[in-house]
Amino acid sequence: MSILIENISKHFGQFQALSPLSLDINEGEMIGLLGPSGSGKTTLLRIIAGLEGTDTGRIKFGDRDVTNLHVRDRRVGFVFQNYALFRHMTVADNVAFGLEVLPRKERPSPTEIKTRVMHLLEMVQLEHLANRFPSQLSGGQKQRIALARALATQPEVLLLDEPFGALDAKVRKELRRWLRGLHDELGFTSVFVTHDQEEALELSDRVVVMSNGHIEQIDQPGALYASPNSRFVFDFLGNANVFDGKVENGKWHNQQANIVLPEGAEQKDGQLYIRSHEFFVSREPTAQANLPLRVIAINPIGAEVRLELTPIDWQSNDVWEIDLPHKAFDKNCFEKGQTLYVTPKAGYFFANDAQKPTLLSWEK
Amino acid sequence: MSSSKSSSGQHQLRVGDSPLVKGLLIGITLLLTAILLVVPLIAIFQQAFVEGAAHYFNSLVEADTLHAIGLTLVVAALTVPINLVFGVMLAWAVTRFEFPGRKILMTLMDIPFAVSPVVAGLLYLLLYGNNGWIGSWLYDQDIQLMFAWPGIVMVTVFVTCPFVARELIPLMQQQGREDEEAAVILGASGWQLFRRVTLPNIKWALIYGVILTNARAVGEFGAVSVVSGNIRGETNTLPLHVQLQYEDYQAAAAFASASLLAMIALLTLLLKAFIEWRQERSLKIEAEKERQVTQ
Amino acid sequence: MATHLSAADTRPRHKRVLPGLSLSLGTSLLFISLILLLPMTGLVMQSVDMGWDRYWQVISDERVVASYKVTLWAALIASVFNGFFGLLLAWVLVRYDFPGRRILDALVDLPFALPTAVAGITLATLYAQNGWYGEILESLGLKVAYTPWGIVLAMAFTSIPFVVRTVQPVLEELSPEEEEAGMTLGASDWSVFRRVIFPALWPALMTGIALSFTRSLGEFGAVIFIAGNMPYVSEITSLMIFVSLQEFDFPAASAIASVVLMASLVLLFAINIWQARYLRRLHGRS
Repeated sequence: MSILIENISKHFGQFQALSPLSLDINEGEMIGLLGPSGSGKTTLLRIIAGLEGTDTGRIKFGDRDVTNLHVRDRRVGFVFQNYALFRHMTVADNVAFGLEVLPRKERPSPTEIKTRVMHLLEMVQLEHLANRFPSQLSGGQKQRIALARALATQPEVLLLDEPFGALDAKVRKELRRWLRGLHDELGFTSVFVTHDQEEALELSDRVVVMSNGHIEQIDQPGALYASPNSRFVFDFLGNANVFDGKVENGKWHNQQANIVLPEGAEQKDGQLYIRSHEFFVSREPTAQANLPLRVIAINPIGAEVRLELTPIDWQSNDVWEIDLPHKAFDKNCFEKGQTLYVTPKAGYFFANDAQKPTLLSWEK
Repeated sequence: MSSSKSSSGQHQLRVGDSPLVKGLLIGITLLLTAILLVVPLIAIFQQAFVEGAAHYFNSLVEADTLHAIGLTLVVAALTVPINLVFGVMLAWAVTRFEFPGRKILMTLMDIPFAVSPVVAGLLYLLLYGNNGWIGSWLYDQDIQLMFAWPGIVMVTVFVTCPFVARELIPLMQQQGREDEEAAVILGASGWQLFRRVTLPNIKWALIYGVILTNARAVGEFGAVSVVSGNIRGETNTLPLHVQLQYEDYQAAAAFASASLLAMIALLTLLLKAFIEWRQERSLKIEAEKERQVTQ
Repeated sequence: MATHLSAADTRPRHKRVLPGLSLSLGTSLLFISLILLLPMTGLVMQSVDMGWDRYWQVISDERVVASYKVTLWAALIASVFNGFFGLLLAWVLVRYDFPGRRILDALVDLPFALPTAVAGITLATLYAQNGWYGEILESLGLKVAYTPWGIVLAMAFTSIPFVVRTVQPVLEELSPEEEEAGMTLGASDWSVFRRVIFPALWPALMTGIALSFTRSLGEFGAVIFIAGNMPYVSEITSLMIFVSLQEFDFPAASAIASVVLMASLVLLFAINIWQARYLRRLHGRS
């Protein structure tokens, strides 16, 4: 079922949790709401579910206007951050709940409920735990049961609040893949909230990046990564180093450091965002850039080696991070405390007076 | 995790919040509370003044009444410190250490709650009365505990001994022992540890425990009436005096004495409300600080 | 998890970190022995001395048996009433904000703080024929004071706080998410209350009712003023002990007291075991 969100806003007391925002979600789509704490992503999810009211605007599920519909009549599946399993009920009773509270006319017979529950438990591969209590389950198991419970009434919309937040890394990866598979198989529309960019990029058809109660960008994961359209998205998606420069004689200067403007760049002051793998590293400055840095840490991470660096004789708010393939690292044999020079290959430039970046490249 | 924090205090949809249900439930509750609790409370004072203010004050300054007030205060003054020390010791032992029989100890502590005060009085009478195995020996030494003030203090200690511990144990359990362990690592001695780390944390619960112990000590009736012997002007505590006056058809005088006890009860409630208000406020301030830090 | 635990079990026991075990435990044990346990010896000796026949004769005396019945029934009715009223009070105090909530919350403890004798004479006066309530009830043809209903009333009054104060914290800690989960699954308010909230509350509610019942069994001060104390009709068991004492019949008093004591100890231990069990089920074995 498609979800149409129009001009929704919400405040709690003095706090504006959501500025008016709109969002179209297509039938069968999986949407990730990504943002930091307080960005309003959970509030938006709860408004879609009907757990919070909205101050303005309206929400439609398909053709049905559900803005003033009570949560219990919206028939959405909702998976809570801490699962919210009923502690005094067995796993089977938890899953059966949604069926047992159906109005008498719609309620399946007790044996039918039993079969449906067992089927759901098989689907989440936990049929052997039917008679356990939630306190006897691991986090990953609870998560699966919460999903089975939410899916019992066959909702067409599934909402998940930080579904994998409380799990350890390995279980999280496994469950992610499993959820995606389930989504594709059953064809419901899913919206989930996360603060983990990797999770959002991996799982979603489209990612909605939020900050301070409004939507920063909506895009497919690839597009989002390739062309972040604001400083916030750039910062939040991470791994970008920022060079704050003033234009002079065709170069951006920051104290002793400088970078030559590539072709097509505006002659303006601003910030250059460069991703951690978009660099050459050398022992001497190059014709294109003079960015001296000192190595303060060397961390091998998977296929790459990450260097942490601090600027020498120029200013940057954060530690710089540069990822090198092992080969390049081994060739240079960098050590802690050493000085080295980096040269950007490509980057995104935000002029001081602009909201949107321009893509720059030094390579021909 | 923290992303839901901004909204978690704002759950708007909860069961039973429709205005009709809410109004009905509050209404019934207030009505029942008025009938069961408020009106009786008012009646105490109304009855006390039924024969006028002069009569009220005259009956209070009667010699027997004054003596009963004095005895009651002495009993409370002796009982409270004893139970304070015991309560703190017991709470410390059961919340800071694991040892076999810990649960049994906590159950034993609850006995005075469960036992009828008359039975409590009888237990002491049988043991320390002139026929009891300790009492007969004491009798030979010319020591009389029962039907005298020491007996009253003893049964009062029995009846009120769980109150301090009961206030402290849940709180100390919840706070855990990390703070104290940190202090030990920093080299604090036992007494420093208690005074500077534990006490500030349990201060208000301790005060409430003391107040409650005091209220019960002042008001104990059943156990005291068994061991006191009801000697007017000698072993009559204020609650016993209330009974005597009431049965002597001096209702107004009885209610005058009762009004003093009721005032102690009201003071107890007031202090409790104040303590709770303070705790709630300090929790709120802390939560607010935390919110500001995370934002 | 399991391997982790067993590893911890085999770890050598360390010296205790915090000071004061011997002092605090020693004082507690001494105190409990002297104040609580020692006095019981007198009762045991007295009861043993009198011989089984006489003991049985006393505790199965018709008037005493009538007092058991009255006490048990009155305590049962009072505690069940308090179950309803206490649950209602706890719900209203936790869930709703309204002017006077704080005062109401404080008032709940009044029966704890008010001396029982004061409660007794006040209730007796209010419900007597010419009292404020007595007059109204009389016109309806009802009589409370000096009947077994007076006993119920006094017991209910003195044990109001038990249910409220055991249910209240549990209600406060109920996670809103469980309720919300119930609602997203389509349950009505009443369904959510009955199937989600109430099952979470009922162990606490039962504990509260049991405590209220135990306390009512032993209530004396508040009851005797309003009960009328008519043999076979409105005498409570505590009063039977008291009456025997006034007749200086110590053996009879001890025999009846031993029955009462036994009953309350059994109840107390049962409540404690029951509480430990449901706590364990909710929070897992930790």
